[in-house]
Amino acid sequence: MREIQIADVIRAVRELAISANTDLGQDVSEALEKALEMEESPIGKDILLRLIENCEIARAEKIPMCQDTGLAVVFVDVGQDVHVVGGSLKEAITEGVRQGYRDGYLRKSTCHPLTRVNMGDNTPPIIHFDVMPGDRFKLILVPKGGGSENMSRVTVLTPSAGMEGVRDYVVNRVKESGPNPCPPTIVGVGIGGTIELAALLAKKSLLRPLGSSNPEPELAKYEQQWLDDINRLGIGPGGLGGRITSLAVHINAVPCHIASIPVAVNLQCHAARHKEVEL
Amino acid sequence: MSPKELNLNEVMRLDTPFSPEDVRGLHIGQRVVLNGIIYTARDAAHKRLVELLNAEEPLPFDMEGQVIYYVGPTPAKPGRVIGAAGPTSSYRMDAYAPLLMQYGLKGMIGKGTRSREVREAMRIYQAVYFAAIGGAGALMARSIISAEVIAYPELGPEAISRLEVKDMPLIVANDIYGKDLYESGQNSYAV
Repeated sequence: MREIQIADVIRAVRELAISANTDLGQDVSEALEKALEMEESPIGKDILLRLIENCEIARAEKIPMCQDTGLAVVFVDVGQDVHVVGGSLKEAITEGVRQGYRDGYLRKSTCHPLTRVNMGDNTPPIIHFDVMPGDRFKLILVPKGGGSENMSRVTVLTPSAGMEGVRDYVVNRVKESGPNPCPPTIVGVGIGGTIELAALLAKKSLLRPLGSSNPEPELAKYEQQWLDDINRLGIGPGGLGGRITSLAVHINAVPCHIASIPVAVNLQCHAARHKEVEL
Repeated sequence: MSPKELNLNEVMRLDTPFSPEDVRGLHIGQRVVLNGIIYTARDAAHKRLVELLNAEEPLPFDMEGQVIYYVGPTPAKPGRVIGAAGPTSSYRMDAYAPLLMQYGLKGMIGKGTRSREVREAMRIYQAVYFAAIGGAGALMARSIISAEVIAYPELGPEAISRLEVKDMPLIVANDIYGKDLYESGQNSYAV
């Protein structure tokens, strides 16, 4: 039984919150560079250039790339042979978020859903636990901004709709979202399970590195086709017109009920932030 | 790549507050650099401003000719004026914007499309809407040279601040002539 100390969890989450918000992943930077090469619209190119510059400023000056430093979504992959000692794991993650958002000068964006009063410390985080064999302990922190989350949806289609129906739902979601989710976006799609699992699958798909292809060939084919369909919409960088509306479509699919096709679309802005660490 | 290589039009310098002539001279697609005083306000602050107007009570600042930036910045690190300060989605302010224009608001800065009602109000009350680059918070902060909270500090990131800006890069997205850069831009590239 491997032991993980609560103090180490707090420290790790604090660091993840700060680094995720200031240091965009290399895969996203490379995708923006590639988008710049492909974009035809002059305004679109100008926006992509400034987004690349923006990320460089954030990295160099250690300031957030975007003022919406998000709700802190934390994925915890915990091996069943791990023993967390010294306190509550949930409280430790919450404390790490509190410290990271305070010490990193990040925006506090959580509020009471009814009174709208700001919680003041960006807690509570949204925590998803997954238990697996072994003794690994992995933390992934995703600062999720409101602009792209507001444009995300979940639905349940009927079997007769088929993959054609799923495609239409996904492409229409991007079309109707227009400039709001800060394109170029990444389109996370969850198919199957139940409504809450579809949404979780969609969010998890956003963690896959940009530029990687889906391990399932059938899904990889749909990802490319739907991306091509989306990039024919003309929305473009910043929504001001152009060829590159999305950088990628990522699909996660699991079995579902014989009566349904649950589908979730979780849109992710170009500030596709996530950092992870293994303790 | 320079703006010239990108085949972009010349950049116009604009100073706040806006006169009616300033607003008449702006057309969609025009790139501008904004200078002077602007005010921040997003969802919660808009709700309060509209409540004040409906109750016929004074506003925290005179709206005449002014420009509002839809932004909730990150806290300033020590030694800095402001944190990251890019635009938030403007559609959430659509319910409030027409009344503010009626009381003299001449410019709005944000990201994303506006409702039909807002575009109509822009035509009637002669106001313009500028798009800033969504997600470019670190870059946008460079054009902010001073910041001071002037109302609702209890709202935290949603407080109203008075910002002094220097050469803030923007593009006219909706003008007083009923044109919409989001619509025309997307139509140009839709296949």
